[in-house]
Amino acid sequence: MYKYDEYDQAMVEARVAEFSDQVRRRLAGEITEDQFKPLRLMNGLYLQLHAYMLRVAVPYGTLDSRQMRMLAHIARKYDRDYGHFTTRQNIQYNWIKLEDAPAILADLASVEMHAIQTSGNCIRNISSDQFAGAAADEITDPRPWAELLRQWSSFHPEFSYLPRKFKIAVIAAEEDRAAMRLHDIGIQIVEKDGAHGAAFYVGGGMGRTPMIAPLIKDFVPLDDLLSYTEACLRVYNRYGRRDNIYKARIKILVHEIGADEYRRQVEEEFAHVKTLGIDPPRAEFDRIAAQFAPPPLDVSAPDDVDRSDPDFAVWLDQNVAAHKVPGHAIVTISLKPVGGIPGDASSAQIDLMADLAETYSHDELRVTHAQNIVLPHVRKADLHTIWQKLDEAGLATPNLDLISDIIACPGLDYCSLANARSIPVAQKIATRFADLGRQKELGELKLKISGCINACGHHHAGHIGILGVDRKGTENYQLLLGGSGAEDVSLGAITGPGFDEDGIVDAIERVTDKYLSERAEGERFVDTFRRVGMAPFKEAIYG
Amino acid sequence: MVEHLHVDGEEPCVTLDAFLSQSNATAVRLESDEDARALIPYLDRLKLIEIAFPAFRDGRGYSSARILREAGYTGELRAQGDVLVDQIAYMKRCGFDSFAAEKPLSAADVDAALARWPHHYQGAADAAVPIWKLRHG
Repeated sequence: MYKYDEYDQAMVEARVAEFSDQVRRRLAGEITEDQFKPLRLMNGLYLQLHAYMLRVAVPYGTLDSRQMRMLAHIARKYDRDYGHFTTRQNIQYNWIKLEDAPAILADLASVEMHAIQTSGNCIRNISSDQFAGAAADEITDPRPWAELLRQWSSFHPEFSYLPRKFKIAVIAAEEDRAAMRLHDIGIQIVEKDGAHGAAFYVGGGMGRTPMIAPLIKDFVPLDDLLSYTEACLRVYNRYGRRDNIYKARIKILVHEIGADEYRRQVEEEFAHVKTLGIDPPRAEFDRIAAQFAPPPLDVSAPDDVDRSDPDFAVWLDQNVAAHKVPGHAIVTISLKPVGGIPGDASSAQIDLMADLAETYSHDELRVTHAQNIVLPHVRKADLHTIWQKLDEAGLATPNLDLISDIIACPGLDYCSLANARSIPVAQKIATRFADLGRQKELGELKLKISGCINACGHHHAGHIGILGVDRKGTENYQLLLGGSGAEDVSLGAITGPGFDEDGIVDAIERVTDKYLSERAEGERFVDTFRRVGMAPFKEAIYG
Repeated sequence: MVEHLHVDGEEPCVTLDAFLSQSNATAVRLESDEDARALIPYLDRLKLIEIAFPAFRDGRGYSSARILREAGYTGELRAQGDVLVDQIAYMKRCGFDSFAAEKPLSAADVDAALARWPHHYQGAADAAVPIWKLRHG
């Protein structure tokens, strides 16, 4: 994985010094909260309902054990002994003191980490496929492209006061594990005439106006990657709406002027930007790519796994994916124990995952947008040992992609924007469907909960989505069906009137019962929904 | 390190509309929603272009500045309005060389902000050599 050189290190250290100075000026009353707000936001520091929240960037979701242990250290020393992994492959801490923030950033900088641009109206952390470098179906590792973009976008002088936040995802496989087309820019690395290039999808997003990004350019050569991205952003920075915060994302611009007109403007800007010499030479890409060289995996490692332990076999079938190298596997560690808070991990659990990565996964971990953790390079022969250690730590829940593997935003328990709580609803649903046999019978079922219309919990992209709203002072939950953030991307549709906290759990049970009675051979929930439509489900829910 | 802070008593800026309609003015003010490219045919005779920042969150002026510098404008490029010390380094990279902040800036804070960054990752409108070029010579 990528290692900082002297330049990268100097940049994060300069940032720590800058933010320490900004915090000092704020604490001394030299700048107002209004002036401080955009500065702290560009350092990932939000003011929530009860305390400051610090969001730490995990570029493209990749970490080593040393970095993971630092995340545990921060949870122990500065927070309440836990952290929350997010849908942007980052981690956030919910109980931070403003005066501690500079020290935390300094601790992070000591392990090549930062909180740069994890909030604010700038280019956010670049996300990617959590199986990058390990997936059997990728054409290349997308992370060198993501790292090139990370560096280009860091402290970008022109694009740090955009109309609104800007999220970029990069993938290089047909299977989309990163919700690529629901980003402001989704990039898929594709192959043409033996060379790799980037397909640009621009103008996707969730929030109150969900949009699937249209294809703007089918092949941008590597040597034009930064120029083309710069052109995309410049058109947005100049013409994105600034009169209404809810219409300020690039998706609204692309939608209002149309994909063809947006493309025309980008092409015109690109023709100019390309002359500026902002694209690094191929040697820079090669320098970065060399650091993502595959780990030395033994291709003759045994491919068989002893399945005689039945509990292990259940986990093996659910949470372990194929690796591109024989004898190896990709492990997803579920942070979704029944009744737990989705994405939360204690410092002891974070340390354990770091230990497992160091011993068994070539020192690598990944954070997934579904708020789980991945050990990407594991020998099959080690799977049983890993499972035992995870099980002892409460981390072996075998529910990946099942109904209890819920994405949930922090909701009204923490967030000042929320209208409703998300976490208790997730806990109630997971408890109602706690029986694993029942979950497996339902098969792949992606359930996603947002506590407000901003959609941090990706409810539009859930096979089943839940949106918490405020209805005359009480929490009310709308139900959506048929969304997907994967390669079969689609937006969920609202079933009808909303429910209270217990009512939504009952409604989901009626929906899943209906699926079981309607499904054809081999159909997932979302397949059945797409085939039979909303009507039978509506009938089942509302009678 | 700031080449010019706001100087009083110079030729006042005219609006873009006034400039384009007939003016021989050498100083023009560009509002944040006006197209900097409208000035490109006239850059040779302009001595000052003032770009408005009605609110610090309105970042359109950064693109306007770069577009003008990229088109070869060499006169004074001034950021006027809600200009905060923490934005000045970015503004300078986009080509601004003078700052007329509504709320006065402390010279010491400005110097500290401009001296903060040892290098820059990306090329922009200033003379800074991007990090990738430093790496590869």
